[in-house]
Amino acid sequence: MRIELVKRPQHSALFSALSPFIALFLTLIAGAILFSLLGKNPVSALYSYFVEPLTEIWSWHELLVKAAPLILIAVGLSVCFLSNNWNIGAEGQLIMGGIAGSILPVVFPDFQGWYVLPIMLLLGMAGGMAYATIPAFLKVRFNTNEILTSLMLVYVAQLFLDWIVRGPWRNPQGFNFPETVQFNSSAILPEIWAESGRAHWGFILAVVAALLVWFMLSRTLNGFEIKVLGRSARAGRFAGFSAGRLTFFAFLVSGALAGLAGIAEVSGAVGQLRTTITPGYGFTAIIVAFLGRLNPLGIVAAGLVLALSYLGGEAAQVSLGISEKSARIFQGIILFFVLASDTLIYYRIRFVTRHSETAAKGA
Amino acid sequence: MKKLLMALSMAASFAVTGAAHAEEKLKVGFIYIGPPGDFGWTYQHDQGRKEMEKALGDKVETTFLESVPEGADAERSIERLARAGNKLIFTTSFGYMDATIKVAQKFPNVKFEHATGYKTADNVAVYNSRFYEGRYVQGVIAAKMSKVGVAGYIGSFPIPEVVQGINSFMLGAQSVNPNFKVKVIWANSWFDPGKEADAAKALVDQGVDIITQHTDSTAPMQVAAERKIKAFGQASDMIKFGPETQLTSIVDNWGPYYIERAKAVIDGTWKTHNVFHGMHENLVVMAPYTNMPDDVKKLAEETQAKIASGALKPFTGPVKKQDGSEWLKAGETADDKTILSMNFYVAGVDDKLPQ
Repeated sequence: MRIELVKRPQHSALFSALSPFIALFLTLIAGAILFSLLGKNPVSALYSYFVEPLTEIWSWHELLVKAAPLILIAVGLSVCFLSNNWNIGAEGQLIMGGIAGSILPVVFPDFQGWYVLPIMLLLGMAGGMAYATIPAFLKVRFNTNEILTSLMLVYVAQLFLDWIVRGPWRNPQGFNFPETVQFNSSAILPEIWAESGRAHWGFILAVVAALLVWFMLSRTLNGFEIKVLGRSARAGRFAGFSAGRLTFFAFLVSGALAGLAGIAEVSGAVGQLRTTITPGYGFTAIIVAFLGRLNPLGIVAAGLVLALSYLGGEAAQVSLGISEKSARIFQGIILFFVLASDTLIYYRIRFVTRHSETAAKGA
Repeated sequence: MKKLLMALSMAASFAVTGAAHAEEKLKVGFIYIGPPGDFGWTYQHDQGRKEMEKALGDKVETTFLESVPEGADAERSIERLARAGNKLIFTTSFGYMDATIKVAQKFPNVKFEHATGYKTADNVAVYNSRFYEGRYVQGVIAAKMSKVGVAGYIGSFPIPEVVQGINSFMLGAQSVNPNFKVKVIWANSWFDPGKEADAAKALVDQGVDIITQHTDSTAPMQVAAERKIKAFGQASDMIKFGPETQLTSIVDNWGPYYIERAKAVIDGTWKTHNVFHGMHENLVVMAPYTNMPDDVKKLAEETQAKIASGALKPFTGPVKKQDGSEWLKAGETADDKTILSMNFYVAGVDDKLPQ
């Protein structure tokens, strides 16, 4: 017997709207079973997952800190994925953005003033953009598979960061540890509301980026072009749209936003360049992009939900003593139900037995 | 009268329970870079935590967060432990340094202990271990045991702590065989069993017959066991993973330090400091010397005793750097500042230090 997904001719608007709630409901049930099996009280476990992180202001700040890079990157990726360009290398573009944006505070620490930060952010975007141009160029010029090239460039970026922090940019007063100097105050992305926590302007940038990209996708010709070429390259060509130009455009947008996420993270959350500036945001953002159904506004919500699941997992480790592995499993369960519910809106499951197969052939 | 007695005894019992409540448990938090199941670095810190729980019993309550990434997440994780009421927090990886300092500024009443860093504050102490003392003993054993005169060394990151180990190992080996060589492969990770195993295989294929590692998994030990060569464990006693392979292992014995510091907080005598402990303080312990002839075992034990008593300092001249220039004159010993910021190889290391 085989299981097939068959596309539904029409999808239900009601279930499209209900799907996140169905997913949440199923997650709660599965979570309750999981935590009971671990010998923990399911109610308090679910409470520390979903409610506890929202009961304190500092925790809200941490939520925004965690969500900001995910949203920024995922918004850019939505442009790529909608236009059928599979940029898997946002992690590398983030790192390159972080490095390019750090040029001023690390190499010219005496250059200070209000204009430093805007230049840093622009350099960060330029760094990510430049790095994303490579897979775009290879795809357009040589028809290379961009999934492979963009992914492999991530490792190149990681090693480049490792080298530059360990070598030329190492803090001379830092006992030879792999870190640059701490950024001076004019190179630090300020906090939104410093009295209560450390959420920085990166989150505001993420929301602005989401609004701009949403406007472009839904209200401009450019957005129309992206969707047409993404769904049918042939139809796009008849309409006079250039697939090559669009590939560059999509990679440049997502590279710029990943680079912006990189410099915002380095300047806002870390305060210096070091070998570990991201715990894999570039990859997690791929999940966020699909969780938000490739809609920039949905992505803002999805980024917050995923960030909450990280914070909740950590809260549950502290308050209940569940292991980090169980916390991750539960995070996986959430994603599974959300994506499965979404899939089932557009597809139905068909069980194909040998009998029905031969019957179909006979007919 | 009876009633009065009853009232008095009741009052007394309330007073007692009240007192018991007032004497609250000290909550102690730990931040781990890896999983406690790595059987290396984090495993030993977790053993230290358990020893503390055992020794201090009801007086402490511990919590830990595992696999916390260095970077923006570290600050949140440390703050979470501080907010959960932990009054003493151990952050057990170098990369948590700046995050520890930042959170410490927000929580002046919480004591922080950061492992292997260099920044202290009124409520941030630093503790570090002279792992390199154990590496010296390993070098002596390696030079005695190796037939080809070349050992393979799997490094994590080229930070001073790891470079110290390589150099000390080299000097120990050269004290037995001046022509001894060390080949180094960098895994660029603290814990990545796949990469560590690949590095071990590559080293064996290059002809080394002894493997030592400064990474946290047991994978290199297991590869050495498969290939029937000898190896040294790291951070914990890994004899279970190579019963016929492990020569010895440097065991990080954090327990006594953790107990001492928790007691100090309970007694109100905790003060910040920056300590660099080794064999003398029993922080660096060697696992039993196994799979070697008696004369090698004896030499290893003697070397260990000399280092523990202070009679032998691993970094004592004459020592040349890799480029041939003189580092230490005859009889000169390296000071701690030089040791803690070491970023060059001594002569005999067959590798170029990533800069």
